[in-house]
Amino acid sequence: MMEIKDMIKPENLVYEKTKVLTNNIMHYCPGCSHGTIHKLIAQVIDEMGIQDKTVGVSPVGCAVLAYNYIDIDWQQAAHGRAPALATGIKRLNPDKYVFTYQGDGDLASIGTAEIMHACSRGENIVVIFVNNAIYGMTGGQMAPTTLVGQVTATTPYGRNTELNGHPLRITELLAQLKGTCYVTRQSVQNPAGVRKTKRAIQKAFENSMMKKGLSFVEVVGTCNSGWKLTPTDANKWMEEHMFPEYPLGDIKDE
Amino acid sequence: MGEYKLMKGNEVIAIAAIRCGCDGYFGYPITPQSEVMETLMEEKPWETTGMVVLQAESEVASINMLYGGAASGKKVFTSSSSPGISLMAEGLTYLAGAELPCVVVNVVRGGPGLGTIQPAQSDYFQAVKGGGHGDYYLIVLAPASVQEMNDFMDLGFELAFKYRNPVMILSDGIIGQMMEKVQLSPEKPRWTEEEIQKISGSWATIGKTPDRQRHIATSLDLDAASQERFNHKLQAKYKTINENEVRYEEFMCDDAEYLIVAYGSGARISQKAVELARAEGIKVGLFRPITLFPYPTKAIQNRVPQLKVILSVELSAGQMVEDVRLAVEGKIPVDFFGRVGGMIFSPEEIVDAIKTKLVGRK
Repeated sequence: MMEIKDMIKPENLVYEKTKVLTNNIMHYCPGCSHGTIHKLIAQVIDEMGIQDKTVGVSPVGCAVLAYNYIDIDWQQAAHGRAPALATGIKRLNPDKYVFTYQGDGDLASIGTAEIMHACSRGENIVVIFVNNAIYGMTGGQMAPTTLVGQVTATTPYGRNTELNGHPLRITELLAQLKGTCYVTRQSVQNPAGVRKTKRAIQKAFENSMMKKGLSFVEVVGTCNSGWKLTPTDANKWMEEHMFPEYPLGDIKDE
Repeated sequence: MGEYKLMKGNEVIAIAAIRCGCDGYFGYPITPQSEVMETLMEEKPWETTGMVVLQAESEVASINMLYGGAASGKKVFTSSSSPGISLMAEGLTYLAGAELPCVVVNVVRGGPGLGTIQPAQSDYFQAVKGGGHGDYYLIVLAPASVQEMNDFMDLGFELAFKYRNPVMILSDGIIGQMMEKVQLSPEKPRWTEEEIQKISGSWATIGKTPDRQRHIATSLDLDAASQERFNHKLQAKYKTINENEVRYEEFMCDDAEYLIVAYGSGARISQKAVELARAEGIKVGLFRPITLFPYPTKAIQNRVPQLKVILSVELSAGQMVEDVRLAVEGKIPVDFFGRVGGMIFSPEEIVDAIKTKLVGRK
C-alpha cells in the first residue's frame, strides 16, 4: 500500500494552482462566479507567458479588489471608467496586453458611454464583463441587467418594466459596433462552461495583439448572496432564468 | 535657445507639450480652448516624437484616459474649460488619491452652468480648494502671458512627477486666445522605456516582473486606520510643496503703501493700472501669485507692515480675496474689485477702484 507522501511527487501532479493567482484569501462569497473567472484569467496569462506584459483594470463593485488576487500590475478605475483607463494604457503602451474586468452595474449602467466608445473606436483591449443581474457590493440592488420580475433591494416587488424599464442586453448592442472583433457570452456553472470560457478569454487576449479591435467576453455569473439562493440553487436559477434572456455563445467572431 | 514665434496661448500649449517630450494628449472640444487639440492634430506629433493625440468621447473619458497613461509612467495632459473641468472633478480626485502625475490645462470661461464663452477667473475655488471630493490639492500654476503658457507646460510636468500629483495650469479665455511673442523652449526627447523605468519604476504599472511585487494604481483603502495614515502622508506632501514651490512676482512694491493682489489675466490688466496710478503719484504696487496652490501667504504677510490697504482684483465675484484675507490675518483692511460673467475690467476701472477703495477709503 502506497503512502500519501509517496504519491506527492511532481510526476504525479495532474493539477496545480496557477502561480499568477496570489495566495490571498478571496473576499468573494462562497458560490460566487468571480473566483472561477479570476482563476481562468490567471491561467491564460500564465500559459501565454505574459505576466510581465499585462495590465489589468479593476472596476468599482465586488471585483474592485481583483488586484489582490491576480499577480500582475493593476489600475483601479472610477465607477464605469475602466475602458477609458484601458484606452490610455493601450494607446501609450501598444506592446502591453490590457484588459478591463467589469460588472453589470459598472459596465452596463454608469459606464455605458465609456464602453460604447472604446468598442466603437476599436481599442485593442480585452473586456471581461461579469453579468449577475444585480449590484453585489452595495447590497443587492437592481442592475440594468436585472430580469423582469426579479426581486432586488430596490425592486422589492420585482422588476416592473413600467417603473424600471427592460433588462439591457448590452453585449448584443456592442456586437453591432464595427470596432469590436469578437463578442461572446459564456458561463462558468459547469466544467464544460469553464473550459469554453477559458478558450474565449485566451482568444480575446490573442486578438488584442492582432490590431483587430476590441474583444468582449461576457460571463453570465451567479450572485447567490444577492439572489438569496444557495450556490447550487443559484446555478439552477441562472440556467432557468438568466440563459433565456442572455443566451450563451459567440455573437460575433471576425 | 528656442525660437521666437507669434502665437495664441492655446496654440503654444500644444507646441510646448510636444517640445517638452509629452507622451499623450486626451481631450474633448470646448470653447475657448479647442485650439489646443486642433493644433496638436495639425502638428501630427505621432509622426515625429511619437506622442499620442486622441479625441475622447467626453471630458469624463479624457481625464480617465489620462489616469491610464499617467499610471503607466507617461507624461500626459489634457485641456478643457470650466464646464469640462467640472466633469473631470471625479477623475482629478482619483488621480490625486492614487498619487499620479499629469497636467490639466483649464482655460476658464464665465459661469455658473453653461455660462458664457467669455473669459473669467471664477473657478479659483474649484481649482485651488478642490473640485472633487476628499482632502486633496492640485498644484495650481497661473500664467499671465503666452510666454508663461509655454514655460508652465514643462514646469507642470516637472512638478507633477516630482510630487506625483496632478498639476493644473489655470489660464482663462484671455490668455488662451490672445497672441503674443513667445520664445519656445528647446526641444526635449520623450522619455525612453529605460528612463521611465528609472524615474517611475517603483510605482508605474509597466508590467510585473519576477523581481518585484505587483504595482497597483488605486485610491481605495477600506481600512480606516490605514486610510488615515495615507491621508497624513498626502498632507505631509502638501506641506513640502508649500515649503518649496511657492512662486510669485512683485511689481513696484518696494515703497508701496497700497497693494493690488491679482493673478493671471487679472494681474496683467492690473499691472497697467498700477503704472497709470503711479503716474498720478499713488504709491501702489502689484503682487502676483504665480502658484495658487501653494499660495504665497508668507510673501503677502511680509508686505503687510508697509501697507495701508490691500485690494484683491479678480474676474470673479471675489474668490482669491479669501486667501488674501487669511494671509493678512485682519491686520489691515482687504477690499475687493472684480467684474463677472465674462466682462473684463479696463485698467482705468481698476485705477478708479484704487482711488475709491484704497486711497479714498474712509
